[in-house]
Amino acid sequence: MASFKPTKVQFLPKLGEKVTEDTLYWKNYKSPVQIKEFGAVTKIDFSPLAPHNYAVTASTRIHVYGLHSQEPIRSFTRFRDTAYGGSFRGDGKLLVAGSEEGLIRLFDICGRVALRQFTGHSKAVHVTSFLSDGFRVVSGSDDLTCRVWDVPSAVELSSITEHTDYIRALAPSKLNPDLFVTGSYDHTVKVFDMRSGSSVMTMQHGHPVECVLLYPSEALLVSTGGRYVKIWDLLKGGQELVSLKNHHKTVTCACLSSVGNKLLTGSLDRHVKVYNSSYKVVHNFDCDASILSMAVAPDDEVVAVGMTNGVLSVRHRKHKKDKETLTSRRRRGPSYRVFVKGKNFVPRQDDFLVSKPVKQYLRKYDKQLKSFEVSKALDTALQMWTRTSKPEVTVAVIIELNRRGTLKNALAGRNEESLTKILNFLLKHIFDPRFSRPLLTVGDIVLDLYRQVLHQSPVVERQLQRLMEVLGREAELQQELLQVLGILDTLFASLTPRKEVAALAALPVDQGPQLQAA
Amino acid sequence: MVEESDVRVVRFGGSKINLRPPIISTDSRFVLCTSGDSVKVYSTRTEEWLHSLQGHTNQVTGIALNPANHLQVYSCSADGTVKLWDFIDGILIKTFIIGYPLFAIYVSEKHEGIVFLHIAMDTDSKKEGFQLVAVHLPKSAEQEVEAKELSAVSSHISPNPSCTAFGREGQYIAFARNLQLNVYFFRKQKTYSFSLKATDKKGAKNAFTCIACHPTDDCIATGHEDGKIRLWRNFIHKKEYTYSTQHWHHNAVNTLCFTPEGTNLLSGGIESVLVQWQYGTGNRKEFLPRLGGSILHVSASSDGQLFCTSHSDNKITVIESSFKVCGVIQGLVKGDAVLTDLMIDPRSKALVLNGKPGHLQFYSLLRDKHLYNLDIVQQEYIYEAGLDQFEVVKAAFDIKGYWLATVEERGQKSADLEFFLKLWSYDERTQSFVLNTTITAAHTDRIISMCFSSSEETTMLVTIAEDGQFKAWCQGVDADTKQDQNFWSCDFVGSYHNLKPTNCSFSADSSLLAVSFQEVITIWSPDTWELLTTLCQPPGVIRDLCFGRLSCSKYLISTTTRNLLCCWNLLTCALEWSTSVEVSKLQSDPLSENVAAFSYQSKHTDLFVFKPNEPRPLFTHKNVCSEKIHRAVFVPREEPLNNCDESSQWLNRSQLYFLTQNMDLLTFSTATEEDRMLSSSTRLVIDDSVAVTPFYLLLGKHRQQQQKLNTPSHQAADRPQQPQGSVTITELLHTPAHVLPPASVLCSMFVSSLLISNTGVLQDPLRKEMESSEQEMNSEKEEEDSEGEMEACDSQQELRVQGSVDEVTPKLSKAQERELKRVRKTDFSWMAGLIASKP
Repeated sequence: MASFKPTKVQFLPKLGEKVTEDTLYWKNYKSPVQIKEFGAVTKIDFSPLAPHNYAVTASTRIHVYGLHSQEPIRSFTRFRDTAYGGSFRGDGKLLVAGSEEGLIRLFDICGRVALRQFTGHSKAVHVTSFLSDGFRVVSGSDDLTCRVWDVPSAVELSSITEHTDYIRALAPSKLNPDLFVTGSYDHTVKVFDMRSGSSVMTMQHGHPVECVLLYPSEALLVSTGGRYVKIWDLLKGGQELVSLKNHHKTVTCACLSSVGNKLLTGSLDRHVKVYNSSYKVVHNFDCDASILSMAVAPDDEVVAVGMTNGVLSVRHRKHKKDKETLTSRRRRGPSYRVFVKGKNFVPRQDDFLVSKPVKQYLRKYDKQLKSFEVSKALDTALQMWTRTSKPEVTVAVIIELNRRGTLKNALAGRNEESLTKILNFLLKHIFDPRFSRPLLTVGDIVLDLYRQVLHQSPVVERQLQRLMEVLGREAELQQELLQVLGILDTLFASLTPRKEVAALAALPVDQGPQLQAA
Repeated sequence: MVEESDVRVVRFGGSKINLRPPIISTDSRFVLCTSGDSVKVYSTRTEEWLHSLQGHTNQVTGIALNPANHLQVYSCSADGTVKLWDFIDGILIKTFIIGYPLFAIYVSEKHEGIVFLHIAMDTDSKKEGFQLVAVHLPKSAEQEVEAKELSAVSSHISPNPSCTAFGREGQYIAFARNLQLNVYFFRKQKTYSFSLKATDKKGAKNAFTCIACHPTDDCIATGHEDGKIRLWRNFIHKKEYTYSTQHWHHNAVNTLCFTPEGTNLLSGGIESVLVQWQYGTGNRKEFLPRLGGSILHVSASSDGQLFCTSHSDNKITVIESSFKVCGVIQGLVKGDAVLTDLMIDPRSKALVLNGKPGHLQFYSLLRDKHLYNLDIVQQEYIYEAGLDQFEVVKAAFDIKGYWLATVEERGQKSADLEFFLKLWSYDERTQSFVLNTTITAAHTDRIISMCFSSSEETTMLVTIAEDGQFKAWCQGVDADTKQDQNFWSCDFVGSYHNLKPTNCSFSADSSLLAVSFQEVITIWSPDTWELLTTLCQPPGVIRDLCFGRLSCSKYLISTTTRNLLCCWNLLTCALEWSTSVEVSKLQSDPLSENVAAFSYQSKHTDLFVFKPNEPRPLFTHKNVCSEKIHRAVFVPREEPLNNCDESSQWLNRSQLYFLTQNMDLLTFSTATEEDRMLSSSTRLVIDDSVAVTPFYLLLGKHRQQQQKLNTPSHQAADRPQQPQGSVTITELLHTPAHVLPPASVLCSMFVSSLLISNTGVLQDPLRKEMESSEQEMNSEKEEEDSEGEMEACDSQQELRVQGSVDEVTPKLSKAQERELKRVRKTDFSWMAGLIASKP
């Protein structure tokens, strides 16, 4: 005697959504921690040394936060005007920042007062950075100049004026202490070599450049500006590799993840997009406000995003360990403990085992189906929780009833309330391609059954009206889609070369007389 | 054409065991059931098939225990004879020749020496008319007796044998036909009849379907077409009869049966639920649901401890009186039609075809035994008449038996067709197939055919469907994640001028795929999915396609609906030869070049076996059977035969099985093979003539062995007798493996004993050589044993010496002695018999 086979719920994949390893990786972040700053967050920089504190430049201050702290560990407040571009040196001991007044300050990470001040820029300095030897600082300013400063003596080593607009982006090379890349509002990205004292490469981005970024190999360069993200191949003399247009507002910042060098871009459209190695968007973080700055901690532990409304949102990676402790900490109720009592008992070697048949646990609708209570089973499947969060279960029960030939019986004899439930479910899911087929049958049967009494209930009548509208729209859409498909077919047909004919012509000549090449 | 006498068509096993109610023997040890032209005897405990009672020349249509002797059984057959058997030993005792085709048999304790039979009305030309006759069986010592004393009890009875039953102590017999119930009283020699209206207000269908009489009470239970059960009482007075109605079944009641004491009434129908009604308490009932297949017959053993139900899926279930299933006897399931092709599982070499509804069955042809059912649909089957449910319609195995593809379909008749394509992978651990991928909308219309590519490295499935497309599926790499998936996805979609494809086939090395679109065969390369060439030979739509194998792999054979069999040469893309023959099934042998074609012409089927490279057939068999054949399969043999005869050579590597429209599984067999089969089957009967439980096997055999051990082995050695040897060999074969000494020890001793007794001194050097090699072998695994070495030799050693008395005992090496000592510890005295038996 076979046991009852429960209803099989088919899990059809949702169309257009592909779960890849990348999406899983980037989904694995906790919900963000929000930290309020005093003004728009313009720059975030992680210290290259453990414990990877990060400096957040906002308004007239630079705060340094620990990875897991929400209060600043240290803050540098000696700015008279807005501070910009606070960034760490390669050893994480010094911090350099520009400001609105044109002054560049150098801080020791432990001190409060600036160790050095570099004066010379006549306008605001938005970007500053150490060169990779650690003894020089490079800065880009709104006065169109790019200056290199000597740290020990605090003197200006050189000043280059090649850009014709504000310089708002800067990236020093990590491999060569004499190279750095700047991006400017004059739509160009330039690579400077300190040895020659001038630019060695110029690339036309086409929009005001907001951010430049070098890949660790320094063969690829990323520039963002306008709605575009462009990748340049430096080894091919600055040839454009890819141009991405995934944001619908200006892309303000870009950074690389440390695992797998995935590109992340943030934009004023409040999205952070994550690209895979073939530059397809694999994940998307949503934020509350326009994004100005972004940084990823080493090992991708933290993604920090700074926004125009002065909120710093920090996402921490989930770890398996955390999950385990969470579940183990959760205390089960006494009934659960009774239920599992003795289940984890490990028998000794010489124990005699008496096995007892495993009881089959059935869902409620399965129990009702087993005893042929079809109406009740449908009611169970249409319960609030099931029909909203697991529509596939409801549909599976409907399919099962249809297979048993009892769908009509299950739908018959319902009052206004339960009929509304069914119609609501239909309205919500009838054009989901996964469910439309069984649900259309349900709609048909409902109409057949209740045609005579429809006018008695205005509620049901209204719902049917809506269903009709919705179906009409869907039919129109389908028709349009078919038209588009037809257009595309003709296009493709005219594009493909007539290879088949050629292949047939090349057939061997000694074909039998009966053979007809069609 | 000369008729081949060497090769003949034989019916191969798997016949219906559910035609008539099974019978449980009085001691509840055996179940007897009709099976084709024989009666099969099964054990109730072990469900093993013990033997069959063979002798009838036509379908056996009824069996009944001899009321005078509970070890004997009557069987009647359509060949017009009633036979009396001793079913324990399988001996035919008597044959009574009646002379008319018989359709059912009834016996009663009251009427000794009389059997009641259903025969067709000889006066009536229509086949519908049946007659119940009483036949007095003459008492004579002869084997074959003609029984001439026929007296008609009633004419115009129902053709359904369950509509007739004996009443209390054989006083009356009740039979029903359509809407009339008749009761014939033997004492009064009168028939009372009671009739029902065809329908009442509620639209009930009142026709009788079955009947049962209470064993001790004057009560008749009748089952009806609409599922009602009526209990008739007081029918002795014609005018004052009463009946009560009970209703649970929602479809026709197929069978009714009272338990021997009359306390319960068992009923069964299409629902596949056995219902037990308590007699006399109204509506109290018990259920045993989901027995599988609708219940056709129920019978109870004479002590009431066991019930037997036979089901429409060719199954007999043995049920204890506590309503617990204790045994299932499963025949080859043959549904209404076999929708899948006949297939061979490459791993188990089992025949695979449709089984229970929604299942594929694996049937061992070698042992004529059902192996298991694989649940394909995985849904609760609702036993209800006229319900359209999922059925497995297509199945295919890949060449290694690692993948199985199935298509299940529902709603063939209605407009909305539902179907699923499922792929199953073989799981080594569970030794079964596990669902890997379910594809819900593989095509937009019905799948016509599918085949796996036959190459070893990559597995690919090609499906063709009525939507004009063919699709290639493989277990591929996902483009996005660049990772190996273990599920299947679509690789290529192809079509040809929107024509409807009809068949597809891969070449033997999978380098070519042939897909036929109506009249055109297209050849594709599966590597690049390029259309290589098209072949066409109008008129007629292509029906079957198959590539040649081995040396004929350059040929492609196709059959069309317009009676044309074409052979294409793929190297020249030209038609090699064609012939006009109506082919209903084309099947190629996977192990040889041979191709078998079944042709249906003028109401009988012929078989042609040919090689594609020569248009002359290798073998022809006219008039294989009278029905059309659509399913056939070549089954690779375990060991190839070596027939040199030209006509039977094609059967050397594999055997051809085919299924007729009447669902008979037939095969071709050669003379030599039949001899072998006969000898093996007789041995089986001897071995299993007693019902053997596993416990008996374990203890009973052991006891026998011990008895043998107790007899002194020397005595046995003194009496060299031929049968003794065979007994010892069976002993050796029957001893459980864990009790036996290691095979290495046994083998060398066995061989050396043979050498001594046969050759003696002459072969001495050889023996020494063998011993030395034995010594080498043993020295590898010798254990350090410091006990005293030269002890008295055991009986084995003595025996060896005895065998060659005139020979000087060779000096034993140390290793040898150690080995001997080890051997001595185990008891091989039974071996003495074996050694002694050799002349």
